[in-house]
Amino acid sequence: MTDPPILALDRARISYFTRAGEVNVIPDLTFALAPGEALGLVGESGCGKSTVALAIVRYLGRAGRIVSGRILFEGRDVAGLTPDELRALRGHRVAMVYQDPMASLNPVMTVGRQLMEVPMLHEGLDAGAARARALAMLAEVKLLDGQSMLARYPHQLSGGQQQRIVIAMALMAEPALLIMDEPTTGLDVTVEAAVLDLVRELRQRHGTSVLFISHNLGTVVRVCDRIGVMYAGELVEEGSIRHVFANPRHPYTRGLLACLPSLGRDKRQTPLVPIPGQVASALVRPIGCGFAARCAHVEPGRCTSQAIPVRPVAGEPGHAAQCVRAAELPPWERRRGVAGAMAERRSGEVAVRVDGLEKVYRPPRGLFGSGRAPVRALNGIDLLVTKGETLAIVGESGCGKSTLAKVLTGLETASAGRVEIGGIEVASVRVESRSRTLRRTIQMVFQNPDSTLNPSHSAGYAIGRAVRRLRRTAGGAVAREVTRLLEMVNLRADLAGRRPERLSGGQKQRVALARALAGDPDVIVADEPVSALDVSVQASILNLLNDIQAERGATLLFISHDLSVVRYLADQVAVMYLGTIVEAGQAADVFAPPFHPYTEALLSAVPVPDPDAQGDRIVLEGSLPSATEIPRGCPFTGRCPRRIGAICDDTPPPTRQVSSGHRIVCHIPAEELRELQRAGILTRHSG
Amino acid sequence: MTLPTTAGRLPAVSTPVRFGLARAWARRLGLLVESKPALVGTGIVLFWALAAVLAPVVAPYPPNANHLAAVAHPTPSATHWLGTDHLGRDILSRILWGARTVLTVAPLAVLGAAILGSLLGLTAGYSRGWIDLVIVRACDIVLSFPVIILYMIILAHFGSSALNIIAVLTLTKAPIITRIVRGLTIELREREYVAAAKMRGESPLYIMLVEILPNARGPLIVDMCLRTGYNVVIIGALGFLGIGLPPPDPDWGGMVKDTYGMMSVWPHMALFPCAAISSLVIGFNLLAVGLREIGLRD
Repeated sequence: MTDPPILALDRARISYFTRAGEVNVIPDLTFALAPGEALGLVGESGCGKSTVALAIVRYLGRAGRIVSGRILFEGRDVAGLTPDELRALRGHRVAMVYQDPMASLNPVMTVGRQLMEVPMLHEGLDAGAARARALAMLAEVKLLDGQSMLARYPHQLSGGQQQRIVIAMALMAEPALLIMDEPTTGLDVTVEAAVLDLVRELRQRHGTSVLFISHNLGTVVRVCDRIGVMYAGELVEEGSIRHVFANPRHPYTRGLLACLPSLGRDKRQTPLVPIPGQVASALVRPIGCGFAARCAHVEPGRCTSQAIPVRPVAGEPGHAAQCVRAAELPPWERRRGVAGAMAERRSGEVAVRVDGLEKVYRPPRGLFGSGRAPVRALNGIDLLVTKGETLAIVGESGCGKSTLAKVLTGLETASAGRVEIGGIEVASVRVESRSRTLRRTIQMVFQNPDSTLNPSHSAGYAIGRAVRRLRRTAGGAVAREVTRLLEMVNLRADLAGRRPERLSGGQKQRVALARALAGDPDVIVADEPVSALDVSVQASILNLLNDIQAERGATLLFISHDLSVVRYLADQVAVMYLGTIVEAGQAADVFAPPFHPYTEALLSAVPVPDPDAQGDRIVLEGSLPSATEIPRGCPFTGRCPRRIGAICDDTPPPTRQVSSGHRIVCHIPAEELRELQRAGILTRHSG
Repeated sequence: MTLPTTAGRLPAVSTPVRFGLARAWARRLGLLVESKPALVGTGIVLFWALAAVLAPVVAPYPPNANHLAAVAHPTPSATHWLGTDHLGRDILSRILWGARTVLTVAPLAVLGAAILGSLLGLTAGYSRGWIDLVIVRACDIVLSFPVIILYMIILAHFGSSALNIIAVLTLTKAPIITRIVRGLTIELREREYVAAAKMRGESPLYIMLVEILPNARGPLIVDMCLRTGYNVVIIGALGFLGIGLPPPDPDWGGMVKDTYGMMSVWPHMALFPCAAISSLVIGFNLLAVGLREIGLRD
């Protein structure tokens, strides 16, 4: 690194000033980014990652300020820039891509105008030249049919297309530095994989430096050369991707790695190890190591008495950790559980049986006109769930998995087909007409921690009400039961009095789980219960779900888009695409060849937190088609990389029994699929 | 991530539970002081509320007493600070007493409209279908009438009294509240906590009143505040049109009606009641703006 760095933070201290006084989010941060380099910043939410990104372009709002130290961009301190210079810096020399593409795009302007604006504003190009540049850039971000794309409005694009437009817009100005703040968090795995590969490719072609912020170690590995682990505003470990992943020296880095589900882990062999506690408030900063309170290797006195220096790791240039015990920690063993060797299939009672289930939403006819096409959300679902098992339902958003959950719980009714829960037919029984016993039998945990609890009521009220209604308990027994349920989900009983606004995301999901358990259900439907949570919190909730299920012998229907989580938790897996199940079976079978081509694509898109296992990917073209036009033949035909011909378009594929309980719905015979797939993906995921 | 907006809330997280409620209220009062519009609005509204409550004590004269000596010289003087009207009645006393009526009738009418409108809006938004259609169309019909004409017809028919004015204002304002609450309900009924309530077998009435309504209260309170201000204007207008409260009891609108003919000679007779109406309306509006500001920040 002989070139001067493009970006250098030199002992920067960043604070927000509020009524409560100075909230010091970043106490003392130093790092540098070389031209053309990509640095990934990882850490839980609340660690100050986004604050760093905002401080670089001095966009901290009225309350935020760089208190001391310097942030040098191309050798100049951003703190000293005039408003005009700042404007030239933002969007021209430094471009930013945020998590929600819709928030970055102007909904009332066509994509073309928004793209053309960039060079017209910053370089004074005329409209014709700007248009040519915009078209070229669209081709670079792999958006086909650029001409028609330019004329569209943001709402006419899918989430992946929108994020590509945002990236195109960022690159239009040929920035020297691209800051990406969780750019793929809201996207489906398949889309995420394509966007990450695109970023990697564009970076190499344009030589742009990238500061990539993410909570997902797998995505960072895919894009970056170096990684910086942030905890409570401090860079606790920094180094090349290879060094940090092979030999993490800070306990926090190790914690992040240990709590990450991956395709090689399942609940029996390699349980996740959550990091206890949560990121402390920036208001009170302990003396010494900020992580000491949550650290398994803490030594009282040494760790908590003085400021911890950053020390280089011996023999690994560029790798440094801020831990007094960095050199003493035992060698790191990367967990590589050998997936497979599944537990025996339970042959118990059937808890849930679904037969030929269909759900069609017919939009109401308007007063005028004929109404829109019906949405076919579920097209013939067959499922069998044994008591005490975990069935995971996987698929991209829009595949109908949430609709399935709603029909099971009675929030929606089926259009055709049968659903039996504990032997009772419920397909067309709305939740309002279900008996109390039936309502007790099946309960649900929802996705969004912010909407799962009523902001007007305390946690205890929500749980207590469920106890009262589902068990007909009253009086003091309710309070005792609430306490018991809170303890069951590892929450202190005094949290019962708190409103949701004073609970963390993980605590809210625990309360929601306690509420679902109030009726002592036989079947728990969990719809993406951890997708909105930090990895460390996610790990503890997954373990909790697992413990509770094992302890009570309940059946768990786990809906998720995250295959790593599914691999970890599930006994049985069903892969859904466009309202049908394309592959189903024991987890070990589904996660080993032969795969349905869709399962194969999903698996190859999963970000793997291992620099040595970055193979080629199967990139699915386009996005999930609309459920108003279901193809006549195979639903996956339009995007299938292994499509064999017209038969896929015209004839519905047969269901092939690969082994006991493992079925694939595809025109290609299982043996042939196995041969095709043996070479590719298997090597990548053996670890 | 710790963004500026959430940073301001950090301290609340660490406060002990027992003081949670008291602290929350203290915090809200603190916010009221911090928002300038809210502060000024509260000041004005409180001033008039005090005036209304204390009118019997602080008003210098009975409101309907004629001071014949003042008829010749009704302009403001040391004995009559705001002067007297053409019948020699003390304007200050009449304004203070008039505050009593307006501050009883306007808020009661808003409360009535809020209760009726919330129930209709919740029912329409929660059940959708034909019930929704009927309620929404009924609201549209009421809203499509020119309200002043409507007031005149109804009050002329049933006679004008405080109770009838409250009833009329309730009926004509409820459709607006219905629309607001319906809109909020349609959004809130899709929340996961409503689904959870259904799954434990709650009745629709419980879901509407306990799960949905409390979360619609923010916009509702702001709107009620604003609407109280509008009602003050309408009550003034009704008084001015002569279909307000029956004479001789003081009514700000009626005071203007009785004296605006003498505007060119004695402008004070009409101007002071006008100023009273305006200030109260401005007070309620500022309070609404302030509450919205606080609501956004909260």
